[in-house]
Amino acid sequence: MSDPKEVVVIQGGRVIDPSGGVDGVRSLLLRDGKVVAVAERVDVPAGARVVDAKGRWVTPGFVDLHVHLREPGQEYKESVATGTRAAVAGGFTSVCAMPNTVPANDNTSVTELMLARAAAAALARVYPVGAATKGRKGEELAEYGELKAAGCVALSDDGSPVMSSSMMRRALEYSRAFGLPLAVHEEDLHLVGKGVMNEGPTATRLGLKGAPAQAEDVMVLRDLSLLELTGGRLHICHVSTAGSVRAIREAKRRGLPVTAEVTPHHLVLTDEDVAASDYDPDFKMNPPLRSAEDVKALREGLADGTLDAIATDHAPHSPEEKKLEFDAALNGVLGLETAFPVCLELVRKGLLSEMRLVEALTIGAARCFGLPGGTLSVGAPADVVILDPAASWVVDPMRGFSKSRNTPWKGRTLTGRCTHAFVGGRLVHETGDPG
Amino acid sequence: MIGRHRHLIGLEGLSREEILQVLDLAVSMKEVLSRPVKKVPSLRGKNVVNLFFETSTRTRSSFEIAAKVLSADSLNWTAAQSSTTKGETLLDTARNLEAMRPDVLVVRHSASGAPNFLARHVGCSVVSAGDGAHEHPSQGLLDCFTIRERFGSLEGRTVAIVGDISHSRVARSDLHSLPKLGAKVRLCGPPTMIPLGIERLGATVHHDLRTAVEGADAVVMLRIQHERIGDPLIPNTREYSKYWGLNAKKAAEWLKPEAVILHPGPINRGVELSSDVADGPRSVILDQVQNGVAVRMAILYLLAGGAGEDRAEKVSA
Repeated sequence: MSDPKEVVVIQGGRVIDPSGGVDGVRSLLLRDGKVVAVAERVDVPAGARVVDAKGRWVTPGFVDLHVHLREPGQEYKESVATGTRAAVAGGFTSVCAMPNTVPANDNTSVTELMLARAAAAALARVYPVGAATKGRKGEELAEYGELKAAGCVALSDDGSPVMSSSMMRRALEYSRAFGLPLAVHEEDLHLVGKGVMNEGPTATRLGLKGAPAQAEDVMVLRDLSLLELTGGRLHICHVSTAGSVRAIREAKRRGLPVTAEVTPHHLVLTDEDVAASDYDPDFKMNPPLRSAEDVKALREGLADGTLDAIATDHAPHSPEEKKLEFDAALNGVLGLETAFPVCLELVRKGLLSEMRLVEALTIGAARCFGLPGGTLSVGAPADVVILDPAASWVVDPMRGFSKSRNTPWKGRTLTGRCTHAFVGGRLVHETGDPG
Repeated sequence: MIGRHRHLIGLEGLSREEILQVLDLAVSMKEVLSRPVKKVPSLRGKNVVNLFFETSTRTRSSFEIAAKVLSADSLNWTAAQSSTTKGETLLDTARNLEAMRPDVLVVRHSASGAPNFLARHVGCSVVSAGDGAHEHPSQGLLDCFTIRERFGSLEGRTVAIVGDISHSRVARSDLHSLPKLGAKVRLCGPPTMIPLGIERLGATVHHDLRTAVEGADAVVMLRIQHERIGDPLIPNTREYSKYWGLNAKKAAEWLKPEAVILHPGPINRGVELSSDVADGPRSVILDQVQNGVAVRMAILYLLAGGAGEDRAEKVSA
């Protein structure tokens, strides 16, 4: 959308940069792909593109630790190009691509393909996550050293929990050699059985098979316990239960090297929304929507820093996989384009500070995997977004940038929108009419 | 229409008045079944399609007879188990059937919510004949009808439902109807068969059969499905039968003299019910089958005929 050599000045916006504790009206100067100055007044160099951000927020570009770009192998759902287009439209300038591609990202050729596609798309930065085990089967270690050398920033068998405690122990141990965090999808498959939603009174009423919150809790407790034995870095994906929040809070208090993420949908929706939707599979995801008590614990965990990051678990699926009976539909919902307004609702309700919200979307996330970005400090990559916290818009899945349409927010009016996204100083997204 | 409803997906959304509308009409329908010529022209020219994704003999036959007595044309469509297998999707099946212009689609499916899904996508009335562990509304209504027929009213009566509540759509439909008519419901079974939060639907939960059935006016015994054994919900049918099965001795010692026994069928004789109880004087199990036809006639009449109570009068006349 713009010349990479362009000089950009973003004027008059409210800069919120938790990495430097900044919250105030500032102007930004971006040059050569870097943040050159953040100050109350910035002289506009000749030929610079000037963007007026008055009344809006200017923050570091968001960092999403958990995105399914579906390429290679499932390009009918999403591609690196469409997924990163959706990302920048939602304010995410960096995304971590989960390894459940076809074939799995358990070898450097898949990693390299993802990075080549990302470079060609030239939108959001893509950081591949490598598989923790070969084929994500939980049986043999993947090549962590080579995956890291090719560009992987973390390891995960996401979606296929490592049920063998012995395998998990070895994965944690071996990851230490390369300093890569192990990102875990916590779910005891035996306890889940054929469960398709949260076990509880709502599942009972709907007659849908339930999976108890304890299916997550026991695995979080197991892995925190293993972490004491092995060392390494553990990252808990999409935390959804009060029990997990308690366990992680306690582990952090004891100094264990654990980080955690939470999704926008788990922060605002409950299993009652499955009933209200009349069995709509766009409310089916894994982990499932939990109880109101769980949602309360997640919000507290996010506010107090127990949960480090907001990650979308953006999971595109085709209508053929979603327009089905609830039991038969695949798990997962879109997230990139709606995350900011959905989470901003917590700020409006007084449950989260603006600073903490931006932190969880930027530097809080970046630190989990040791990523560059998430900051507007001078010299940092010029990944910047401008957000209009007051812009209301109706979610029309047909007008989204993702290839898929599976969003629980369809038809809803959300407030808050990314109006501009810069990656390395290049304007990669601009909303024509945010109103 | 049943009250405000174009479909009968479940009893959860039905009011007391709407349930009574069906039951009262079913009384007239039952009279039709006792005539020497069991045929009235009420639904002549209407099409009823029975779309069954799960095997069923009695429910499907019951809907089929109900349609025939009312002079509707009925068609049975047996479909592949699920849309995850290579067959066509539920939506495609529904659209194909809709193109044949049925008036009522009677559907049974193993997935809870499948009738809700169909109701959103087809133009005709949808009647659930049982979906997963969600609801089996015509069974709930015929249970209400049968108990009401015996006692005149459900007001102040107590009904015990015994068995695998977790997997039972019958228990849920009973729970969504009996209390609206003034009955108290007790649920009983081993803790592994009692789903979380079921008491929020307005029932008390018991694990001891005696306390559940003592003082009850009606006892609904649910079928124990063999696939639940070693699920592992129970160790075997022998122990289940010992603690949660009903035989003549327990019935004589624990039940009120006038208490009746119901069962949605098919019975596992010797597991949840001994033959002496199933075939004994307390059993209203075959009344349930007959009442099932009457209740389903009432349902089809209300949904396909689009009639109010005034037209119902003409049927019985």
